Amino acid sequence: MIAEVRGLSFSYGDRAVLSDVSFTLEEGTVLGVVGPNGCGKTTLIKCLDRILEPRGTVKIRGRGIADYHGNELARTVAYVPQALSIGMAMTVLEVVLMGRTPHVRWSVSDDDLSLVTETISRLGIGHLAFRKLTQVSGGERQKVMIARALVQNPSLLLLDEPTSALDVRHQLEVMALIRSVVDERNIGALAAIHDLNLAARFCDSVIVLHEGTVRAAGEPNQLLTPALIREVYGIRALVGREEGLPFILPVEPVGSETP
Amino acid sequence: MKDTERELAAGQLQNESVTRTYRAIISRRVLAIAVLAAAIILLAAVAVTLGSADLTVSEVYIAIFSRFFPGSLSTDPLTSTIVWDFRLHRVIFAVLAGFGLAVAGAMMQGVLRNPLASPFTLGIASAATFGAAIAIVFLPPLFDGDLVLVACAFSASLLATAAIYGLSRYRGMSAESMVLAGIILMYLFGAITSFLQYTGSTEQLQAVVFWMFGSLQQTSWLKCGIVGIVLGISVPYVILKAWDFNALTMGDQVARSLGVRVERTRTIHMFIASLITASIICFTGTIGFIGLVSPHITRLALGGDHRYLLVASGLIGALILLLADSLARTILAPTIIPVGIMTAFIGIPFFLYLFLRRKEEYW
Repeated sequence: MIAEVRGLSFSYGDRAVLSDVSFTLEEGTVLGVVGPNGCGKTTLIKCLDRILEPRGTVKIRGRGIADYHGNELARTVAYVPQALSIGMAMTVLEVVLMGRTPHVRWSVSDDDLSLVTETISRLGIGHLAFRKLTQVSGGERQKVMIARALVQNPSLLLLDEPTSALDVRHQLEVMALIRSVVDERNIGALAAIHDLNLAARFCDSVIVLHEGTVRAAGEPNQLLTPALIREVYGIRALVGREEGLPFILPVEPVGSETP
Repeated sequence: MKDTERELAAGQLQNESVTRTYRAIISRRVLAIAVLAAAIILLAAVAVTLGSADLTVSEVYIAIFSRFFPGSLSTDPLTSTIVWDFRLHRVIFAVLAGFGLAVAGAMMQGVLRNPLASPFTLGIASAATFGAAIAIVFLPPLFDGDLVLVACAFSASLLATAAIYGLSRYRGMSAESMVLAGIILMYLFGAITSFLQYTGSTEQLQAVVFWMFGSLQQTSWLKCGIVGIVLGISVPYVILKAWDFNALTMGDQVARSLGVRVERTRTIHMFIASLITASIICFTGTIGFIGLVSPHITRLALGGDHRYLLVASGLIGALILLLADSLARTILAPTIIPVGIMTAFIGIPFFLYLFLRRKEEYW
């Protein structure tokens, strides 16, 4: 088991954001976290990477995250944030190399460099290696960020809305990439996803967060029903099935305001 | 099958070429650092021969080497005094001060992720001026001026550092809060200094204004030693931590996920940068500009990897200050122009050249 979360709660001051969240994440699986804006998806991800310190139990590879010292957690968990504030225009290669920060001492070894070059060519961005990060498209930049996380050699990959700024083709490409990397390396990924169709297509299981608690969890096939979507998002949606996968068509908001 | 093989081979070739290009870029950076260091040594060698006393190049070098080989070379005491007690420590101090101010600027810009951060814009230099003004206006009748002034300027700079730390702690040590706290202090200390100037006598006003120009007139071997020790201890540590600076450019959260202890790192490096700055400007007055612009020149020329950026910025700063001081001593000789005025004249064309030539974003 890669991650085990039991009774996780977190508050910003008096405002409770997450309460009593529990789930597990196995090797070779992608876990989708869905739910409306403000339901706590990003907070949950930050709690798993110790960027925030929650109450409850978070174990990665059987060890509580508080027991990871120094760079150990950074060698085990990698995080791709949602919106990236890019300070300086570094090259794609330099940004991806930063993923080796928890592993390198000072100089970059041949092994570091070959891992980085293999990863970027595997992600199809090898030709951009010496391009400035500010000069690549949104889809390419997201791949750069994923490459940076992958060269950390993590067991757990945390992705905060990895497809939110991308067009449909790039959404599929990025999700397929995450899927295949998880399968190849037998690691786990947890992705906060807005698009229910993408979640249904690429995730092995999904947890639905609603007002900071887990409203439902399970395989997307059984989980994503019109009734649940109505309850969580306050919309009427049609749920169909094509090629063995559910697809969701949002129709209209119901009720006076969003829940 | 053949296609797959071809793709694999092409990928392999691309990987090899990326690796080769990266290694070439790194070699170029190392070479640039070596060239800068050589240029500084060369310029320093020329700078000691410049001055209002009419000494020939050979007289100067005989005076220098006669200290190391007292038996074989002889020089007259006056030449020896001019070279050893006036010129040599001034040249060395210019190199150390330029290096230190530029490294401090690069550190501040790095940990605060802000291109406008420098010892000047964050109130450290204004605080030193405030300390100096206090010494000039209130203390001269009591003590020997120089030492008191140095002590006041130094303590005021560290006071400003403590105040920036105290203010930003309330906001979780974020980069923005540190920058804001620094700018507020810059205005506060600026206003108090102006008030002291307004109420002081003409001589006091003149002394404060002269201090604000920045000057290398008051250097000594002891001061070289003090700055040398501060730099000798802090700079190797900072360079060892270069990966942390790189990670911080990606934002606090990514840096934290890469294993950097963000608040602690930011606090330590801000303190070190302030200490370096304070230990220099308490002796020289405010030499601005170098701390702000040297890192930008370096970033434009060599890129943003702090493993090379920190040292190279320092060398660029040393070069600018040494060149500025050499010109300041010679162009209107025997009048010496305050070096703080010359640094901008020297550095700005250099910066503008790179800034206008390089079209792509570099920050």
